[in-house]
Amino acid sequence: MAPALAWLTALMVVPCALVLALAFFRRGIYGGVEYTFTLENFGLVFDPLYARIFLKSASIAGTTTVIAVIIGYAAAYAIAAAPRRLQPVFLFFAVLPFWSNYLIRTYAWIVLLNREGLVTQLLRWVGYTGEPPSMLYTEGAVIAGLVYNYLPFVILACYAPLSRLNPELDEASRDLGASAATTFRRVILPLTVPGIAAGAVFVFVLSIGNFVTPALLGGGRFQMIGNLVYDQFLTVNDWPFGAALGIALIAVMLLVLMAQAQFADRAAGRTIEARGGANG
Amino acid sequence: MSEPRTLLSIDHVSKRFGRVKAVEDISLDIRENEFFALLGPSGCGKTTLLRMLAGFEPPSDGRILLDGRDITRTPPNKRPVNLMFQSYALFPHMSVRANVSYGLEMERLPANEIRSRVDAILATTELVPFADRKPEQLSGGQRQRVALARALVKRPRLLLLDEPLGALDKKLRGAMQLELKRLQNEVGITFVIVTHDQEESLVMADRIAVLRDGRLLQCDTPRAVYEHPCDRFVADFIGVTNFLQGKATANGVLAANGVKIAGKVPTMLSLGADTVAAVRPERIRLFPSPETANRVAGTVEALAYQGLDLQLHVRTALSDKPILVRVTADAVDRQPVSAGDHVELGWDAADVRIYAD
Amino acid sequence: MAERAPGTRRALWLVLSLVFAFLYIPIAVLVALSFNKGGLPTAWSGFSLKWYASLAGNSAILSAALNTLIVALVSTAIATLLGTLLAIGVEMRRQYGRGLEALIFAPMIIPDIVLAIALLSFFSMLNVTMGLQTIIVAHVVFNLAFICSVVRARLKNFDWSIVEASADLGASAITTFRRVTLPVILPAVIAGALLAFTLSVDEFIIAFFTAGAGRGSTTLPIQIYSMIRFGITPEINALATIVMAVSVVALTLSQRLNREVIGQ
Repeated sequence: MAPALAWLTALMVVPCALVLALAFFRRGIYGGVEYTFTLENFGLVFDPLYARIFLKSASIAGTTTVIAVIIGYAAAYAIAAAPRRLQPVFLFFAVLPFWSNYLIRTYAWIVLLNREGLVTQLLRWVGYTGEPPSMLYTEGAVIAGLVYNYLPFVILACYAPLSRLNPELDEASRDLGASAATTFRRVILPLTVPGIAAGAVFVFVLSIGNFVTPALLGGGRFQMIGNLVYDQFLTVNDWPFGAALGIALIAVMLLVLMAQAQFADRAAGRTIEARGGANG
Repeated sequence: MSEPRTLLSIDHVSKRFGRVKAVEDISLDIRENEFFALLGPSGCGKTTLLRMLAGFEPPSDGRILLDGRDITRTPPNKRPVNLMFQSYALFPHMSVRANVSYGLEMERLPANEIRSRVDAILATTELVPFADRKPEQLSGGQRQRVALARALVKRPRLLLLDEPLGALDKKLRGAMQLELKRLQNEVGITFVIVTHDQEESLVMADRIAVLRDGRLLQCDTPRAVYEHPCDRFVADFIGVTNFLQGKATANGVLAANGVKIAGKVPTMLSLGADTVAAVRPERIRLFPSPETANRVAGTVEALAYQGLDLQLHVRTALSDKPILVRVTADAVDRQPVSAGDHVELGWDAADVRIYAD
Repeated sequence: MAERAPGTRRALWLVLSLVFAFLYIPIAVLVALSFNKGGLPTAWSGFSLKWYASLAGNSAILSAALNTLIVALVSTAIATLLGTLLAIGVEMRRQYGRGLEALIFAPMIIPDIVLAIALLSFFSMLNVTMGLQTIIVAHVVFNLAFICSVVRARLKNFDWSIVEASADLGASAITTFRRVTLPVILPAVIAGALLAFTLSVDEFIIAFFTAGAGRGSTTLPIQIYSMIRFGITPEINALATIVMAVSVVALTLSQRLNREVIGQ
């Protein structure tokens, strides 16, 4: 196991430490790095211009997460309710797109949403004659692309606890007088929250740091953190600032993961008494 | 004694799953405050029948009436009937108290009434010290009591119990049988229990319905089912019985080697038909008096001491298998027997049941 | 589950149909248009294989495909060896430190862009010439982690007493590995390798940052990315169809070999 650990240390730990160090240096006048200590780069992250991009990224990632979780949970629920022998088949086909190339899945949405794409043609077919709507290169397109790309993972994450649920719990709740909706809200949902949380965190973390989808479906017209990092390294050549942005991204990710762990702990230790009156 | 009121009527109920007939044309009346057992081997349809009573499966045919009201199509959450699940189906994310309160919250009762009723049932089921625990922190017996409390607290007209003691070990099961019976008396609710354990049903139930392959074979008190089984299957399923094969005669059975067994032959059996005579081991006496109707000589093959009584395997000319005899320990003290002894067995004609084979 | 009302059942089937439509229509449109005769990327004008033929004559794409194959094969081979040994080492000693777990898990959860800039900074600071070799080295980092986790899943139910039994019967450590341990974990190793191969073939961001300047080290995803930036053409549709078909075949094989992979 030593060679593997050495490999990980040399090519992950050291480079990441380097990024951390880089973030505290100054940018050279002609690009490059000047080795003097500074906190400027982190200050810049909170500059209104860049803070706005951070917030925008967070809001896009948040919207994506909410939509993906709702669709994904519904799909997982439907799969778990399907006949036993069909469930693995459905699950396999739900996850299959996840394993095809990310660029291609994103590209497929350019084909769908472009001015002469399928969506426009459908609109024409139902009698729309006006200008083709501009759907590509909008925030909506970016969100659609992100949801599309990460939905399979949410389905997988939500299916796990749903399929493990003892069907007699559902029956017991009905037997005790609860309606289907109440049973869902008070028994099924609380017991499957861990899956939802895992799926949600995954989608949020991958969305907020995403670079390909905004670049392709946003048409470079608006930026997310990933694009900003890309620009600092490959266009503007301000590596220290790019590194600081990368560190900020990791910080956000860790924050979300910690919140999830906290939430999972609380969900595990929670008693229902606090909510008992809600129905009384 | 006035005839007790009928609470639940099962009226020609059948259930088919595709081509499989799980329950076939069963009619039963269950009385108010009765402890009723549905007994049968696995796959006999007893659980399907119970699930129809709870409302989880609609019958393919027939009606179910509760207090004279047709509830055949009433969904489970609208029936004054509760089910105690075999797996207990306790909500793992709720405390004991929350589990028990759940059903009352669904009735939208005021919070203080919920609290007092839950407190009362927790006290009855001796769960007060565990009220704040989660199901995973309880023992099997405690979980069973939570499941029971959760169903009882709703004061259902009818409580259904699906193999309620199946998950418990043997010793605890014995204690819980009496406990369930005591509770049923105390709360005055009609219990319908599903079990495959004949001993359990004999101990607990006021009446037993024996099911096989989706059909109702016999429905009567434990004593009647035990003493007068309606057919060979019931005789075999309930308790232990010696079966002696032979041909029907006018006043008994002609068994192997020309030995005659005296007993009352049912009118439906024609002379010479293949029959089987059933005799309970405890009805057979060692060293019978000369006027005993049935007597046969044999050799003791083995003895097993079982506390109060003694089981003997006696080889006779009557059948290939040794005959099982149960005698009290003090009877043997008076007249000792041991393996290899020659003995005479005897039993009365009234203790013989004769069935078609 | 309890018997559902017909209305509920219909609603559940509707949800499934809609979700599968959402997942597959974009891909289906793409595949269909790859067989389109006309040059317009989205308007259907008849069946043709000419875009596949034109792919075969596109030397930039062919060399990118070759590069991708080299990167994927070499990085998977190295990662399989290292990842399997790591998995066995960790599971056999059962000393799961938090730090060790984090180290093994990190490559799977660090945002690609961060790992990409980290490796770019690292390579350029060391003045390493970037090209296929740097992509391979970078891909080993995450491939190793994935293979390790697949093999570990298999080893979780591994009965280590059979290793002791083998030693007891006189086998050397190497013979024991070859005749006892390896046959048990082999399906997981192959499944992990196929998974890693697929990931490597598809990986874009890290390759993009560590490929260096020359066109000589362009991989297929980098090529596809630049083609997409120029706009949609039927040629991309054809290329996309082939790439997806390869991934799907690799994943299906991996699935067959190790049913747990999908749950990782």
